[in-house]
Amino acid sequence: MGLVLLALVPGMLAMVWYFGWGVLVNMAIATLTAVAAEAAVLRLRGRPVQPPLMDLSAIVTAWLLALALPPLLPWWQTVVGTAFAIVIAKQLFGGIGFNPFNPAMAGYVLLLVSFPVTMTRWLPPEVVSGDAISLADSLYIIFSGSPPAGQDWDAIASATPLDQMRTELSQNRMISEIRQSPLWGDFGGIGWEWIGNWFLLGGLFLIWQRVISWRIPVSMLGAMLLVAGLFWVMDPETHPFPAFHLFSGGAILGAFFIATDPVSASTTPRGQLVYGALIGLLVFIIRTWGGYPDAVAFSVLLLNMAAPTIDYYTQPRVFGQRGDRDA
Amino acid sequence: MAEPRKLWSFHGGLHLDDHKSESNQRPVQHMPLPDRLTLPLHQHIGQNAEPVVRVGELVKKGQVVARAPDYVSASIHAPTSGQVIEIGDQPIPHPSGLNDTCIVIEPDGQDSWTELPEPIRHFRSETAADLRDRIRWAGIVGLGGAAFPTAVKVNTGGGRPIDTLVINAAECEPYITCDDVLMLERAPDIIDGIEIIRHIVGARECLIGIEDNKPEAAEALRQAIVRSADSDIQVVVVPTLYPSGGEKQLIRLLTGQEVPSHGLPADIGVLCQNVATTAAVADAVLRGLPLIDRVVTVTGQGVRQPGNFRVALGTPIEFVITQSGGYSGEAHELLLGGPMMGFALHDDQAPVTKATNCLLAASLQEAPGPEPERPCIRCGECVEVCPADLLPQQIFWHARAHDFDRVQEYHLFDCIECGCCAYVCPAHIPLVHYYRYAKTEIWTLERERQKSDLARRRHDARQERLERLERERKSRLRKKKEALDKKSGSSADASKKAAIAAAMKRVADKKAAHKAETQTSDS
Repeated sequence: MGLVLLALVPGMLAMVWYFGWGVLVNMAIATLTAVAAEAAVLRLRGRPVQPPLMDLSAIVTAWLLALALPPLLPWWQTVVGTAFAIVIAKQLFGGIGFNPFNPAMAGYVLLLVSFPVTMTRWLPPEVVSGDAISLADSLYIIFSGSPPAGQDWDAIASATPLDQMRTELSQNRMISEIRQSPLWGDFGGIGWEWIGNWFLLGGLFLIWQRVISWRIPVSMLGAMLLVAGLFWVMDPETHPFPAFHLFSGGAILGAFFIATDPVSASTTPRGQLVYGALIGLLVFIIRTWGGYPDAVAFSVLLLNMAAPTIDYYTQPRVFGQRGDRDA
Repeated sequence: MAEPRKLWSFHGGLHLDDHKSESNQRPVQHMPLPDRLTLPLHQHIGQNAEPVVRVGELVKKGQVVARAPDYVSASIHAPTSGQVIEIGDQPIPHPSGLNDTCIVIEPDGQDSWTELPEPIRHFRSETAADLRDRIRWAGIVGLGGAAFPTAVKVNTGGGRPIDTLVINAAECEPYITCDDVLMLERAPDIIDGIEIIRHIVGARECLIGIEDNKPEAAEALRQAIVRSADSDIQVVVVPTLYPSGGEKQLIRLLTGQEVPSHGLPADIGVLCQNVATTAAVADAVLRGLPLIDRVVTVTGQGVRQPGNFRVALGTPIEFVITQSGGYSGEAHELLLGGPMMGFALHDDQAPVTKATNCLLAASLQEAPGPEPERPCIRCGECVEVCPADLLPQQIFWHARAHDFDRVQEYHLFDCIECGCCAYVCPAHIPLVHYYRYAKTEIWTLERERQKSDLARRRHDARQERLERLERERKSRLRKKKEALDKKSGSSADASKKAAIAAAMKRVADKKAAHKAETQTSDS
């Protein structure tokens, strides 16, 4: 788990670079909440507190959730989401190893459906907005829930590139027009594509360290590229370039850090390919035709539900059963 | 020299430190006899042997003291001459630590032989059945550790003919070197044994599978083959990868074939024998000698002078350790077998049996106590190493939940209990314990089901019998009554019937009249 935290650091620093102090404040709030919630529930359950806390899994959950949250989310919403992730999604099922759903994504979805306004209020990357929000202002916004005096949300906030792409496509604008916006970089939103790159680096590090297998990230991103590519070839003016899907929203973070959570994912080698590919497919479907701009959390949770069934039907061929199959 | 044979591979496996050099540097030493020999009646798979001697009886070396009562069983012979001083419960080397019936012999120091059967020098002119009888008489079992009666194993029946005899000389488990040194010292006997078994089962060729960490032993076998001038026996060196000495894994390595799940090697025309077993077969057939001793590896940092010893069966393990210099200060745990598949002995008073291949007096460093078990997060490390291509984490999950149907759907019974999964498990879960537990539970449930089936059949049969008796009784009564009725079928009966008929007619008339009356009044 320590390696997972380490692998998140480059992407995290990139997010701080582009979106300011709020990212760090969120992570601090989430980490404190997660550790406190884990310790409290373990004590209530009459379990030793030390070893489970030392496995750092609560902190991994907190970081993954915090990295998915808008940088200036009111503090208590971060607390609610993290506490839900740890207490309800993880500990009530029996703690690490027994949670059927990815705790971070369960917390994220709870917040997204409960607080849709604050949860979609992102910031423009600082390279676009030109002026950084100071640490003091970030803290003020997060803890008061309102912009500092003399400013309003319209001046501070901005939609994510995924959100903007979606809204403008629904207004029948062409991709080429949408991409005139200053938010756009080479293939995704400015800043977002670099954050994706840094998370990708962390993910490759995890594969190299054999913490995760290549199967889920490759099949998930591969499936996204494939379907996105297919639609893009058919009509490049209403369907974004495939790499846009990869480097927007939570695709890279999700593929390497979230979908690969071994507890809630499929565990058979073939099953992991199916699991990853179905997540990728679902992300594309929901982004393109669903009600939400991004869909990594929903897709992961839906496939968490399917994982036991996928495992059952993708068991490897057991030694000595070759004859059965040939017959 | 033939060109190297194509080798196949199996999934998973582990590269382990082999720790062979601790014990294989010296030739096999003969261990002196202890004060008493304790021979468990159960040293093999199958029925317990039945004692054929009484307490106080004098026995000669090689005399049968317990005979096999059943087809799947093995006789036991006196390892030396002496007196039977007890037949009763004694500690035996078993994971449970429970005692079991043993014959205890006090050696008289004479070591005088009983009359042995004639050596069969020209075994090729003997029938397979006669040779199997000789092996059965000698009480030979698989000496690799499983201890399955060899006479049963080489009787492959009328099914598919045996094409290939595979000799297991892999000795893949760390620390164990008893086969290694045996091959160095008795290669010609091993080749003789192979010829005999080949003759019995009619195998066309023989492949001896040996790991590449035993080049001297492989060379000794090659030279013995050259001397025997049998070109159908081939030494095949396989890479050192645990568990290449698993029967199914070795057959796969050498022939590319997989023993079917729930099947036997004979189903694919293969018979597999341990290398030490072949030497015992040669002794029994060519010299008329029963199985009364075996080579045991004594090793580990917990013993002062590790090595290999030819030990009389029944020798107390404690005596064996003492003869190997005694425990060093570092002894922490005494294992029977290797570190992967062996088990901890509760009591070093238990004797060496036919299945005792290794005594590992492990230091704390060699056998660290189990680390606290943590929850499984399904990381899948175990899947990577499982040589049976199972999903150990899934079997564990369902075994833990007592879902014994599901564990079988995940092929629990294809697990060979090699321990690779538990070895790599980052959560330190003793996975094999869970699998053994589930297997035992399933066997128990199966036995209970059979018992209750039998009870139900009995109950049904009894119920049916009671009902039948009741029916018969009733029909007898009816017949009796009818007979009585017929007898009394007189005029009195007829008049009574006429009276009843008359009375019924009167009632009917009255009713009709009443009905007519009400109808008229209604209208």
